[in-house]
Amino acid sequence: MSAITLRALTKVYPGGVRALDALDLDVADGEFFALLGPSGCGKTTLLRTVAGLETATGGTIRLGDADVTRLPPGRRDVGMVFQDYALFPHMTVLDNIAYPLRIKKEGRARRHGAAAEAAEYLSLAGLEQRRPGELSGGQQQRVALARALVAHPRIFLLDEPLSNLDARLRLEARTFLKRLQRELGVTTVFVTHDQAEALALADRIAVMEAGRIRQLGTPVEVFRRPANLFVASFIGSTPMNLLPGRVCGGSVAVAGAVLPVPAEERGSVEDGESVVCGVRPEYLDFSDVPADGAFGGRVSVVEHLGASSLVTLDVGDDRVSVVVGEDREPRPGDEGWAVPRPGRVLLYRDGELITGAAEAAEAGEATEAGEAAAGRPVEPVAGDGGAE
Amino acid sequence: MNETVREALRRIGLATFVSAVLGFFALPLLWLAFAPFDANPGITASLPEFTLHNFKVLMDNPYALASLRNSVLLAAGTAALVVACAALAAYALSRVRIPGRDVLLYLLLLLSSIITGTAAMVPVFLLAFNLHLIDSRAGVVLVLTGGLLPAAIFLLKDFTDGTPVSYEEAARVFGASPLQILRHVVAPVIRPGLATVAVWTVAQVWGDFLMPFLLLRNPDKAPASVIMYTFYTEGGQPDLALISTFSLLYSLPVVVMYLFVSRRYGFRFHGGIKR
Repeated sequence: MSAITLRALTKVYPGGVRALDALDLDVADGEFFALLGPSGCGKTTLLRTVAGLETATGGTIRLGDADVTRLPPGRRDVGMVFQDYALFPHMTVLDNIAYPLRIKKEGRARRHGAAAEAAEYLSLAGLEQRRPGELSGGQQQRVALARALVAHPRIFLLDEPLSNLDARLRLEARTFLKRLQRELGVTTVFVTHDQAEALALADRIAVMEAGRIRQLGTPVEVFRRPANLFVASFIGSTPMNLLPGRVCGGSVAVAGAVLPVPAEERGSVEDGESVVCGVRPEYLDFSDVPADGAFGGRVSVVEHLGASSLVTLDVGDDRVSVVVGEDREPRPGDEGWAVPRPGRVLLYRDGELITGAAEAAEAGEATEAGEAAAGRPVEPVAGDGGAE
Repeated sequence: MNETVREALRRIGLATFVSAVLGFFALPLLWLAFAPFDANPGITASLPEFTLHNFKVLMDNPYALASLRNSVLLAAGTAALVVACAALAAYALSRVRIPGRDVLLYLLLLLSSIITGTAAMVPVFLLAFNLHLIDSRAGVVLVLTGGLLPAAIFLLKDFTDGTPVSYEEAARVFGASPLQILRHVVAPVIRPGLATVAVWTVAQVWGDFLMPFLLLRNPDKAPASVIMYTFYTEGGQPDLALISTFSLLYSLPVVVMYLFVSRRYGFRFHGGIKR
């Protein structure tokens, strides 16, 4: 078990594709860490570079105290679960799990003992003599986990661990994975393109785009205060409302509504400035009577999400989505108003979140100093605040 | 009315054609089945006057059984060498990016038919002579291996290409060396391909006449395909009793091998469609 320290990690593929761009990242010992991003953002390359399956073009990778940048994968002491699990089809479950120990030249009795123990631990008892082809998707995944665990690696890497499971099983496996990681306490990095998965599983998330980390933070930080428009539009199962507006006095004129600029950001914006106003559908309350500082419009679409509905209002030329609890859904064509909850409206300038000093200090406490360089726009004052 | 006549004629024509084609294939096989047990075998297929005398004559021939053993030695040696080399080459070629790799492969495939063919007879002989490989089984094995390897690599590369890279990456993460990966993971996964190549090689060597005829001087070392050529009576007539009996013995091992491997590995047409 050890921490992962990446410094200026760069990976350029032959042909000039820059998959990782001078990336700095610290993953703490025992942390459950998610690399999240759309396909092609470099998250899988990052994971594979840490595993040693790709060679870094520049920069360093340290696991614990050891610099492993130039070490072959087998000598880095990592356990990895592949997206397709990569279970050897010709070996039994037990032989699959025991394979890392076979390479380490452990005796047959010892490695089968350890493999049986790992199988037992991952509730695979009774399946030891089957072949991977005779297992369900969930069982295959647990075999892959057992195989990665059996040699007690320092860190644990999971490539899209849940993407090959069907929707129902995925939730079960998610809970299982989280409990497993907590029990083992082993530093775990996983890659996913599913923001819900990252929010649910990880202690911290790095949201990546084009080989860079766009935001690093706890699920709560990333969800509540996306640092830029990219993260804002990527995170959340219902897309965030992003509306163009203009600062005027102490307030922002946006989509026919006038919203007050949050007190802590009042110093950072100027009159007449163009901003983008972001507010999550979950942080809007629907009202069928006009209200102050509300987006008023006509209901165009109502989508049922189960216990709630996603209601889309046509507000002038803009669309505003709002989540409405059950039994309160309006009908399409009704007039409606969406009232933002206090403190949940975010302002973006040039794609980056406008943060006041107080807010940034709060954010700085929760995260580490190193990440300011990793893409989070923090003003100098904020940097001081974070260091305290 | 006209329609039905035409339909009937069409069917009769088709049946006649199919029978003729079947006859072409069936008659030699019938001869092979009956002639060895016939007291007076001719060159026509006819119900035999049953006897096992021909087999006794064959056993008395000093070269017959030894030549079958020689065939087995040549076929097994070549098959082992071809499978081993082709597996290594195919794995490497499907995993390493070399510019012009496919052109190289096609070129080898094209040229390989020349190596074991009549066109290269003289140079191959001279090469073997200068390397002191004349009248040596190893020489024949080497020449045949060279001739069969490109096609074997081509066949096997399809299998290695179809093996997901993540198997190997998993093994690498756990610390396996390239040879360990080949032994533990790749070879077992492409085993049907290895079996296909082995069977194909054995069949090729078993039926090959030219190379052993060219390179082996001593009749003690000659394989069955060459020995059959020597079965003439004192009068210079082909000894049909001996030839037919020997032909049966000569073809049986290959048939048995096909049946065995097909049962063991479930022969299908591998390669075109990924399972």
